[in-house]
Amino acid sequence: MKKDMSQYLDVFLEESKEHLESLNQKLLDWEKNPGDIAALNEIFRAAHTLKGMSSTMGFEDLADLTHHMENILSDLKEGLLEVNPQVVDILFQCFDRLQQIIERIESNGSGKIDNSELLMILEGIKSGGFQIAASTASNGQDLKGEEILIPALSDTSSFEFNQYDMTVMREAASRNFSSIYIRLCVDPGCLMKSVRAFMVFKALEEDSEIIKSLPPASDIEEGNYEEEIELLVITASSIKELEKRINTISEIKVREIKEIDLASLSPGNRTGTNGDLPGDSRDAVKENKEMPKGHKVKQTVRVDIDRLDILMNLVGELVMHKGRLEQIGASSKIDELNETIEQIDRISGDLQSVVMKVRMVPVEQVFNRFPRMVRDLAKELNKEVDFLIEGKETELDRTVIDEIGDPLVHLLRNAVDHGVESPQERLKRGKPQKATVILRARHEGNNVYIEVEDDGAGINIKRTLEKAVEKGILSTKEAEVMSPEEASQILFNPGFSTTENITDVSGRGVGLDVVKTKIESLSGEIFVDSRPGQGTRFRIKLPLTLAIIQALMISVRDEIYAIPLGSVDETTMIKNEDIKMVQNQEVIVLRGNVLPLFRLTSLLEIPGEAAANEDEMYVVIVRKGERQIGLVVDTLIGQQEIVIKSLGRILAGIPSIAGAIVAGDGFVRLIIDIATLF
Amino acid sequence: MDNTVNLQSEEGFTHNDGIQVVAFRLGKEEYAVDILHVQEIVRLLNITRVPRSAKHIEGVVNLRGNIVPIINLHQRFTIESAGEEEDKRIVVFQFDDFKAGIIVDEVSEVLALNSNDIEETDKVYSSMSSDFIKGIARVDNRLFLLLDLQKIIE
Repeated sequence: MKKDMSQYLDVFLEESKEHLESLNQKLLDWEKNPGDIAALNEIFRAAHTLKGMSSTMGFEDLADLTHHMENILSDLKEGLLEVNPQVVDILFQCFDRLQQIIERIESNGSGKIDNSELLMILEGIKSGGFQIAASTASNGQDLKGEEILIPALSDTSSFEFNQYDMTVMREAASRNFSSIYIRLCVDPGCLMKSVRAFMVFKALEEDSEIIKSLPPASDIEEGNYEEEIELLVITASSIKELEKRINTISEIKVREIKEIDLASLSPGNRTGTNGDLPGDSRDAVKENKEMPKGHKVKQTVRVDIDRLDILMNLVGELVMHKGRLEQIGASSKIDELNETIEQIDRISGDLQSVVMKVRMVPVEQVFNRFPRMVRDLAKELNKEVDFLIEGKETELDRTVIDEIGDPLVHLLRNAVDHGVESPQERLKRGKPQKATVILRARHEGNNVYIEVEDDGAGINIKRTLEKAVEKGILSTKEAEVMSPEEASQILFNPGFSTTENITDVSGRGVGLDVVKTKIESLSGEIFVDSRPGQGTRFRIKLPLTLAIIQALMISVRDEIYAIPLGSVDETTMIKNEDIKMVQNQEVIVLRGNVLPLFRLTSLLEIPGEAAANEDEMYVVIVRKGERQIGLVVDTLIGQQEIVIKSLGRILAGIPSIAGAIVAGDGFVRLIIDIATLF
Repeated sequence: MDNTVNLQSEEGFTHNDGIQVVAFRLGKEEYAVDILHVQEIVRLLNITRVPRSAKHIEGVVNLRGNIVPIINLHQRFTIESAGEEEDKRIVVFQFDDFKAGIIVDEVSEVLALNSNDIEETDKVYSSMSSDFIKGIARVDNRLFLLLDLQKIIE
């Protein structure tokens, strides 16, 4: 690597990874919907940028591979090459190799790797069609290499349309857009051909979509063209308008401009094409039309996450001292002071929400790597899976995002491996051959829900119970009386796995309990519900942020604790005689529901004498999953915004304590963790 | 208490064969810890008890916005606390990635110990608490038990 480039290495690596992610994602989109020209363009663009970046940085192997990929992509775009599963697989292989190279650059800086076999395959595809690719990929699938539809324009030499162009044009016609062919020439003495071409594109893209150009757009943008450019444009404007607009650009002249008469183009052998195609490309056209509007790029700054953490800590300190000021203000009763404190309160509130928002990132960042994973996994297991992602724009705190990836990988693997049946079995049961796995994220109040849903076989309750008994998790008697809901919770028991044959993918007996532990460490909860034969749904509930939360401050004897408001359902006051005993457990009846009653004094081993036996007591009703319990406390101090601090390594993992806060009076107060309290 | 300590050991002290220690008192016994681990010494702060934690954890304190766990060595070594409440201090240690404090009855001084002054514990005596003792230093007629902080915290 050139020495002077080393300072850009970090940026290069980061951007390369982003491009790679976008490549993977767009290729998946495109694989699903080959009419999606926007996706293909995106792939092409990302590959092109990657090539440029890597050759600038001097990573020859990387540049070489992307260059060959780009050739294939360009042919696909031009319609010279037909899309088929083999080509897509090869492209995925190339992406994997690019990933490897980038990882190597990251770890040892060289990025040298022998790509000759991939390059050969790519060359093969380019020159000789799919034979080589097919034999290498050896997927046993039928080749769909069909004739490319090339109805040529009668009086122009080199411009040809493939089936995508045709469908796009047909679709355009049905919406009253016209397809227009333009031949331009540029003044032979023009010095900046690329700039002129760019101006043409810009002029046209105001209200039109360029769907095809000759030479390809990338060449034109670099000024790599002779005198003429041919364009196929879909537009709402008239021919005259377009001509006028182009002719205002200096050194550019329109040689020929005419509307394409679709009827006059020979329809060709369309019978052989995929029947879904017109429908697919309808979406593509819609996307194309929307793209110019949505493409306004916002300005962003890359910030080191550590700096954000520091900022967050500072805001935390500020909030803490604001609390202190409020206490002083309340006792001093100076009006001016209190007014100022109110102002500070407002500003610090705003500041806090801004910092919070800065830390929020869309779950997309994590979700993006899953389509590829599910695809590969399904292939490996010979299952057919349609993977849908919903709500990927949902935002979560950065710290949560970093941690949530692994549990989701686990759940998705479970869904594909255990949940979804084989295509044959699905047909036998009268289900569609292709299974559906949905990954969904959404906001609800102060929480984010992430769901992994499949329409597979569901949890086999009987088998689960048998296994639990076998493994000694349950006694036979317990298993008999267990409700299906309770039984499905056993899945989260350490060392439990129901799969009959252990696969590479999952089922080594470590599994859902790890997921559960992880989620709980993020102050989240996980639920499962399942219907036999219809599918399984895992629901993860996560707090929006882990740093600053609302809490209810309570006191018991001499100690003060914070209970996260997210766990509190309500507070109530009960009389001594309201407490009943059921099997040695104190309970209360709240609006017809029987709730167990716990005393914090004993749960938290709080020392000291019981307060004089008062007749009435405060009870905080808290929720853990679906369960409600009452906690007896001495006083309710009030609701407060708290900045959560960790107790540190020595005290980590103490049950019933989630962390600590520094209260306004300078004392450390502990946060009660409802999930591990009882 | 005799504040003038005869630092005989300081003669011939070099970086290679000696260490500097902070000496303090627990009950009537004198202890010392390597000064490199000591971040600061503060007056007693309000300690918040942590339920369900290990017996030797006294609680946590707020040290300028940081939560620092406090270890009760009296409990660990079964030593009766002695001396004036006024003299008690918290000695705060800094390790690679965390802090912890211990309550001491009095901080006496900073000493430079020559490695010749330090004897290994097993030569002297063995008891349960000797696990936490790295060695014993003899300076004049005084004995200082050198604490192994890592072990105490684990």
